[in-house]
Amino acid sequence: MSRTDVLVSADWAQEHLGDAGLVFVEVDEDTSAYDKGHLEGAVKLDWKKDLQDPLRRDFVDKEQFEALLSSKGISNDDTVVLYGGNNNWFAAYAYWYFKLYGHDAVKLVDGGRKKWELDSRPLSDAEVSRPATTYTAQEPDTSIRAFRDEVVAAIDTKNLVDVRSPDEFAGKLVAPAHLPQEGAQRPGHIPSAVNVPWSKAANEDGTFKSDEELAALYADAGFDGAKETIAYCRIGERSSHTWFVLKELLGHENVKNYDGSWTEYGSLVGVPIAKGA
Amino acid sequence: MCGAPKQGGALAGIDLTTQTVIQGSVWHDGTPVAGAYVRLLDATDEFTAEVVTSPEGEFRFFAAPGEWKLRSLAPVGRAERVLSAEVGLNETTLAIA
Repeated sequence: MSRTDVLVSADWAQEHLGDAGLVFVEVDEDTSAYDKGHLEGAVKLDWKKDLQDPLRRDFVDKEQFEALLSSKGISNDDTVVLYGGNNNWFAAYAYWYFKLYGHDAVKLVDGGRKKWELDSRPLSDAEVSRPATTYTAQEPDTSIRAFRDEVVAAIDTKNLVDVRSPDEFAGKLVAPAHLPQEGAQRPGHIPSAVNVPWSKAANEDGTFKSDEELAALYADAGFDGAKETIAYCRIGERSSHTWFVLKELLGHENVKNYDGSWTEYGSLVGVPIAKGA
Repeated sequence: MCGAPKQGGALAGIDLTTQTVIQGSVWHDGTPVAGAYVRLLDATDEFTAEVVTSPEGEFRFFAAPGEWKLRSLAPVGRAERVLSAEVGLNETTLAIA
């Protein structure tokens, strides 16, 4: 696995829009961005409506995922090229999610929607429809998904990487600062976690830093490459961005994303919490 | 949910006795800049949050009291401003030269 297997540049994406066997997919929480303008031919996925179970806090199940991809016109043979807003947070989440359900041919557009817009590249508001397919998913691969009990067991044992901003890690904020500071969670972080904000892995235009810069970033933070790793944030999308960096760009084995993240951990009764930098 | 709420608009429903709201708009050549990326950096210059401005060029953050830096990125250029925020409403403007 190398960078070119998992990441494509905006230039590459622009040259390959409409290619057979490639499906561009925009993933956002707020899909009004897609509706105003999207990459030519790209279909949209709604992070919440399409990828979260409407009742329980969990993913859609295998059958629901199959129905979703079939209805979007994505087949098992297609290479899925993902991009989105928020510096690709939700696209990285979808990348991880596609891997979880066994879709191997998936890539991210470096910089996502942000770089695309800052470069003033063309966007289309034409409606996109693709003929339905019959998509078959694999059973979920839980080797890349962490659950709460293993997170508690990982304290002082595995690498725990808290990718939120320093103020959230310290307990000064309970949510990223574009959201109201409300919530039932106790502020702070998981004891023994290192704080490597996701943003340190990205340039200002949303593209990923170079492999050399990324390797130095985690080494400097005290990340032990020989240990298993669990990344978390508040709801699991920023930590998908870091999961992508550690597993897909830097090639670390045994990296899991804890999608329960702080909204679950900070609400658990009886678990230890640390505060401060 | 980590997506930002709609930018700009009324402050109804926001408790300004507890929230530290930093808001304003981005301007260039006498007109508001829609679709600019505005990021909030903490006192150590570390990224804290980012939003995209509304059609009226507006942005809004929910921060904490202290020193902050705002930086906007747009195809027409960039702008930066530091400010000291307190609980309640903190308003500012970013002008792209």
